[in-house]
Amino acid sequence: MSSGFLQFRRRLVDYAATFTAAFLSAIVVGTLVAIFAYLLIKGAGSVNWAFLTHTPKPVGEIGGGMANAIVGSALILGMASLIGIPFGIGAGIYLAEYGRNRLGAFVRFTADVLNGVPSIVIGLVAYGLVVFTQGHFSAFAGGVALAIMMVPVVARTTEEMLLLVPQAVREAAFGLGIPQWRTTISITLASARAGILTGIMLAFARVAGETAPLMFTALGNQFWSFSPNQPIAAVPLQIYTYALSPYDDWHRQAWAAALVLVALIVGTISLVRFVFARSTLREAR
Amino acid sequence: MATAVEVRDLKAWFGKTEALHGINMAVEQAHATAVIGPSGCGKSTFIRCLNRMHETNPDARAEGEVKVGNADIYDMPAVDVRRKVGMVFQKPNPFPSMSIYDNVAAGLKLNGTRNHKTLDDVVERSLQQSALWDEVKDVLKKKSGASLSGGQQQRLCIARALAVNPEVLLMDEPCSALDPISTAKIEDLIFELKQRLTIVIVTHNMQQASRVAEFTGFFLMGNLVEFDRTEKIFTNPSDKRTEDYITGRFG
Repeated sequence: MSSGFLQFRRRLVDYAATFTAAFLSAIVVGTLVAIFAYLLIKGAGSVNWAFLTHTPKPVGEIGGGMANAIVGSALILGMASLIGIPFGIGAGIYLAEYGRNRLGAFVRFTADVLNGVPSIVIGLVAYGLVVFTQGHFSAFAGGVALAIMMVPVVARTTEEMLLLVPQAVREAAFGLGIPQWRTTISITLASARAGILTGIMLAFARVAGETAPLMFTALGNQFWSFSPNQPIAAVPLQIYTYALSPYDDWHRQAWAAALVLVALIVGTISLVRFVFARSTLREAR
Repeated sequence: MATAVEVRDLKAWFGKTEALHGINMAVEQAHATAVIGPSGCGKSTFIRCLNRMHETNPDARAEGEVKVGNADIYDMPAVDVRRKVGMVFQKPNPFPSMSIYDNVAAGLKLNGTRNHKTLDDVVERSLQQSALWDEVKDVLKKKSGASLSGGQQQRLCIARALAVNPEVLLMDEPCSALDPISTAKIEDLIFELKQRLTIVIVTHNMQQASRVAEFTGFFLMGNLVEFDRTEKIFTNPSDKRTEDYITGRFG
């Protein structure tokens, strides 16, 4: 083969590979953009002040909003995060720093299985654990259901991010006479925090949109509730109910709620990232 | 002349493999002692036994007596040993999430020192000692340790080790990842430090051993073949194997 042909072929392969990568990325980004655009088109018109500040109107009356569902979702997600994140990080630390044994392998396997359990089954478990024993539906039960779903995601990402911290960093700490627990908290965990935060956000975003586990736990509520011991409204539940209803006004509100839900998730993640980025040291490479 | 580290019949294992077969050595106080030998001869394992870093490896263990001062380090908590016997590693390993200041202060801070004045003083003194102060004094809390050059990172690691005020400093091939200029700076530093501090340095570079160390030990296959004054080792070794190694016939 002449060198000219070889050069031509190499350039061709290079272009083809670059184009394929760019094309596939465009599909991924495009899908996301399409979802946002569709939500905006369908929902933006119905998002107004009343929607964000009022509770639902009785069937047949036009208007009303989902303020109670937005607050309810925030409460449920807050409780889920308070329970799920510490357990997840704790399990992740165990797996990465101490789990090179059979118990570790078992925990890892369990986490992966739990991650694959359908969310409606998790809802049933939370029903049995909380609703059945307490005798009533509650926001807390919803929080527990979502927390169970967060744990495996947070645990596995925490483990993977901790394992990415070079062994040399741990050695440096041991070499200074810093005990292992201190090393893990102040050095290894701190070095991996960006990745762990991403894992937490991923888990949060995933459960924020869950409907099935809330059906037999938080149940839903047409009125204001701020108590963890009462049934509470949640945006995904509201979307489910409204989207399946025969009323046009409710359909419009369901679209609006979907838009608000996505906006709230994106908003929360952006806020956390922003706050985190400000507290991180510039590396000035 | 006083002995800083006394090693008696030290054996070390990785799993079932014996990596050190009974080492005896008396390390002189406030001098530098070099440990040389071909790859895999056990020199790194040896110095990692001197501050009990060897046993951080899951299936590693050691046996024998290592006395630092009057205390047998295998009779005290490992974390206490490592505060007395500091270590500098082959590749610079600053804590990536910490500023330069926090890197140096880490050993004290994470062991409970909270007094800002004390920390400020120790950080400045340690960075002065490691000849890094002038290069970083304006960005102490602004820049991460990982943002420095390789040579600066290694001097930062030396400062970090000095900050806990160790009696002995172990250096495991501290210059093998550095360019010649950074290497020269570290060697100058060793000259300064050994006025007060006992240094044990593992090196692959025989010129380096002869430049910085008063004493040299030659390791081969887990044995200490010869241990003597550096000029004796390099000019008139007693053992044929030492001579073969330093003249480049193997290794």
